[in-house]
Amino acid sequence: MLAITCPNCGERNSNEFRYGGDASIVRPSHEDPSEEAWFRYVYIRDNPKGPHREYWQHVGGCRGWLIIERNTSNHVVLGVRRAGECR
Amino acid sequence: MNRYSAFSLLRNALSGNRHWSEAWRKPEPKRSYDVVIIGGGGHGLATAFYLAENHGVRNVAVLEKGYVGGGNVGRNTTIVRSNYMLDGATQFYEYSMQLWEELSAALGYNVMFSQRGQLVLAHSVDQLDYFSRKANIMRLNGIDADILTIDEVRRMAPYLDLSPEARFPVYGGIFQGRAGTARHDAVAWGFAHAADRHGVDIIENCEVTGFAFENGRAVGVETRSGTIGAGRIGMAVAGHTTELGRKADLELPIESHVLQAFVTEPIKPLVHQVIAYGADHFYISQSDKGGLVFGGGLDGYNSYAQRGNLGVVREVSEAAIALMPNISRLRLLRHWGGVVDMTPDAAPIISKTPVKGLYLNGGWCYGGFKATPASGWCFAQLLAEDIVPALARPFYLDRFRTGALLDEAGAGPYAWRQ
Repeated sequence: MLAITCPNCGERNSNEFRYGGDASIVRPSHEDPSEEAWFRYVYIRDNPKGPHREYWQHVGGCRGWLIIERNTSNHVVLGVRRAGECR
Repeated sequence: MNRYSAFSLLRNALSGNRHWSEAWRKPEPKRSYDVVIIGGGGHGLATAFYLAENHGVRNVAVLEKGYVGGGNVGRNTTIVRSNYMLDGATQFYEYSMQLWEELSAALGYNVMFSQRGQLVLAHSVDQLDYFSRKANIMRLNGIDADILTIDEVRRMAPYLDLSPEARFPVYGGIFQGRAGTARHDAVAWGFAHAADRHGVDIIENCEVTGFAFENGRAVGVETRSGTIGAGRIGMAVAGHTTELGRKADLELPIESHVLQAFVTEPIKPLVHQVIAYGADHFYISQSDKGGLVFGGGLDGYNSYAQRGNLGVVREVSEAAIALMPNISRLRLLRHWGGVVDMTPDAAPIISKTPVKGLYLNGGWCYGGFKATPASGWCFAQLLAEDIVPALARPFYLDRFRTGALLDEAGAGPYAWRQ
């Protein structure tokens, strides 16, 4: 069972959280006319076997967005931070 | 190499079953092949078989990092169906169904294909409307499909909770009578056996760790037992496509996710068709040994772990009991996970790649098993003739650039929500 320690709520079961995908993807600026940049933003993923930075939302708790670093080969959570503090 | 027949069965029975030869050889790899296929799962082995059978290309190796049948071909819920709706997918999966119907004879190996039919339940009037549209599209493509009323559903599967008090009351369903199940291990073994009889080298415990390039063209693969040269290289490693693709600098629209499957203790015959719940992710059939085999949705976060989380065990069990309260006391015998390539539109990729000499078969999401014969058929033609067959053209890698997606579920470009 994945346990996630929310910075606001403490250690909680992962089924309180909703996955939000790869957090290393940066949205192009709204004015960016490059089709290539938007294509890569929407579709291309690194998909590593190992540490992965990803968004999760604590929908069953504080509803805050988090960035979690997690090992995709064994599900071990390596770190949790508030998404707003990562900018 | 032996062929299986009533005569060989009798001869080996009379000699105490001591003289069966292996179903496929265990050859040492040669220095080079016309075609090297990476991945000895269903799709890789089917590709090797059709390369030899349809195109006369027999100087072929299939390199498998583990053992034949150890990956997703042995981890799925064995369902075969062709009830798709979008142009491209509809015709491809129906062609696969037609290959399934002749597969045991084509391979000389009984894959135990059982066309017991698949029933998908509708839980609202609107869902039944959607199923009617789908059934019409299927019928226009020459595929069998029937819309069932609630009374017809009751006659077919009286053990379902079809009462108005059910958590999600049933309004009817869509039924494909030619759908069914196949013995998944036998599919892997059958393709391996038949490919081997054509002279294909199946090399197990041979992980590919990289590629050899010459002037930008992939000309071989690096393995633990040295470099193996290849005229053309086909990747069929779904689940790990991006990990292997990285070694050739391929950038891919794929995420790896874990999908779980479950089997209960064996019971007497109860579930005579494949039943799919329309209100949640849950589908069930009964194996010949009596176990109820069922599955649900993805765990929902990137994973290569081949094991799932208890949250999904609970969710799937809740759906099971909502539909079939009579199985609530059955014990789960086993549950396991398989790592699948999820694409942003939940459709597969059979394609050339930006790297010359390297071809891609992957992105099967959780629909790979039923596609095994057609996938191998198309990928073999691509590898033999360097031409994308018409049947596989919708699955070209560039569709994510051009926008010609095949998003059957309409879930949008979020791999884990497909």
